[in-house]
Amino acid sequence: MSWYLTLPLVIPFVASIIAYLLRSSPLGAWVSIIGSGLGLIASIALMAVVLDAGVIAGQMGNWPAPFGITLVADLLSAVMVLITAITGFAVAIYALSDITERQAKLGYHALFQILLAGVTGAFLTGDLFNLYVWFEVMLIASFGLLILNGGKEQIDGGVKYVALNLISTILFLTGIGLLYGMTGTLNFADLALKVEEVENQGLLTVVAMMFMVAFGVKAAVFPLFFWLPAAYHTPSFAVSAVFAGLLTKVGVYALIRMFTMVFDHDIGFTHTVLLWVACFTMVIGVLGAAAQSDFRKILSFHIISQIGYMILGLALMTPLALVGAVFYLVHHIIVKANLFLIAGIAKRLTGGTEVYQIGGLYKSAPFLAILFLIPAFSLAGFPPLSGFWAKYIIVKATLDVEMWFVAFIALAVGLMTIYSMTKIWAEAFWKPHPDGIEPDLKTLPNKPAQIIPVAGLAILTIIIGLNPEPFVIFAERTTAQLLDPTAYITTVLGETP
Amino acid sequence: MNSVILIAGARLQAVLLLVFSAYMLLRGHNAPGGGFIGGLIAATGFVVYAIACGTADARKALRFDPGSIAGAGLGIALFAGLMAALWGDALFTGQWLFIGETEDDKGIPLSTVLIFDIGVYLVVLGAILSIAFSLEEAV
Repeated sequence: MSWYLTLPLVIPFVASIIAYLLRSSPLGAWVSIIGSGLGLIASIALMAVVLDAGVIAGQMGNWPAPFGITLVADLLSAVMVLITAITGFAVAIYALSDITERQAKLGYHALFQILLAGVTGAFLTGDLFNLYVWFEVMLIASFGLLILNGGKEQIDGGVKYVALNLISTILFLTGIGLLYGMTGTLNFADLALKVEEVENQGLLTVVAMMFMVAFGVKAAVFPLFFWLPAAYHTPSFAVSAVFAGLLTKVGVYALIRMFTMVFDHDIGFTHTVLLWVACFTMVIGVLGAAAQSDFRKILSFHIISQIGYMILGLALMTPLALVGAVFYLVHHIIVKANLFLIAGIAKRLTGGTEVYQIGGLYKSAPFLAILFLIPAFSLAGFPPLSGFWAKYIIVKATLDVEMWFVAFIALAVGLMTIYSMTKIWAEAFWKPHPDGIEPDLKTLPNKPAQIIPVAGLAILTIIIGLNPEPFVIFAERTTAQLLDPTAYITTVLGETP
Repeated sequence: MNSVILIAGARLQAVLLLVFSAYMLLRGHNAPGGGFIGGLIAATGFVVYAIACGTADARKALRFDPGSIAGAGLGIALFAGLMAALWGDALFTGQWLFIGETEDDKGIPLSTVLIFDIGVYLVVLGAILSIAFSLEEAV
């Protein structure tokens, strides 16, 4: 059973080693693609097993929980692993056209696979300290990707990124130490049982807040988001797509995991803080986006604003709100990664990402315009695309608990999202190119490698949008597991609860 | 630096450090030592050599690109973990073989844990040296 859990982790590591040894040959990129493809198959297998069994757990090195490292997959972990594999596969194909020979020689493909392994590991681990290790794996790999063959701009973004993330890491480690001192365990399942016995519940809330800040930095919530817009528009497009899709979501995932399973002792306090954080994150993100004019900077600020919706779902802590958060998480990874990939194609066609200085894409490359419209409208929440259902569920959940003002904010932010998407649309697509360039998709070098992943992700968005029912039912099952972790705990710790 | 004394001393010292690193690696399972510390000591040997004789000579003495050594080490470590599959155990479960085992003597113990440690040794050696050589060359 445990091999279903380990394969999605082992495959990217093996791919990374082979890709590194082949880094000077063009085969490296193909190793990355094949590795991601096999990883995708392994994640589908994991998903199938989890759908059947509910929760599966494996003890690495055969050291029993809570002493050894436990890998666990419940439905939330399984779906996050699957969506990571899908995004990874798409970006690995896209990298064929986007990554220069020099970047490949410096080890891009190896770092990319290690990043995928880090993200997957963070989703699969059942142990707080191991989660920290995966965060570090991610951080090192992503720093390498950020500055790979970079200039001043890349290093500037990279240093800000690493500095803020290290602060988060220190807080995270301190929190781990304090929590271990209070409970004597770091295994999620064991923690869920032990925190109830802690005498000093006030101190527990303090530790909970430390984790909230640590994961908040990773998730880029207000007021800890500064590193994100400083860094995400600098690296190559394939890198920024996988960052935009996956990295912040690991923070959101960690927040959801900890604040449903472990820190649910003082919901009145912790989740009220989360509620305010969510509202500010939504508003500040969308306002920041409105002020930008760079394709990728607009999208970066939108990540922040959308993270707000997910945190809102967690903050409300009702079953429906959590369904919304899970649905949002999945929908947003696909859509956001796709938009960054499209920004790359737009840059290659028109020569820039500053929307006021480019244009003419609609007239001469209508197919790309359609491909952009799908994720853009989905992000803004147009029916019948996936973003509509995600927003609808969250807003409905807000109205159910009669928080009119919060619902108003969520809707207003949705409206302003449309404003920035329209800005990109009007400037980059509709108006003629100021330099008279007529971008043509036919001139694109290595076209299939760019179009196939973009189109594939767009089709996924449409499928979720037109047929949301199975996905909502899935999210409901996931939420049921989150709110009642009994199955998780017994699977990890064995028969004795 | 062009000092005969340093070069002669560094050559001796590098050899000693390499032998000592192998000793550290092998005693690591039950006593202080192991792959990490062994790799550090071995890297020190090459760094001493590089300072005395130059990085070009040190790279030649190492024979392989440090980055590739680290990559291969990672591969070996992972392979040691995957070997558990042959026995149907979970990833990274240690597998032991006791050569010449008798009632009261365990004989010579061989294990996948040792293979893992050799992998760690190579990762540390390769990673430290690729950093140290780049720094030395940048000066």
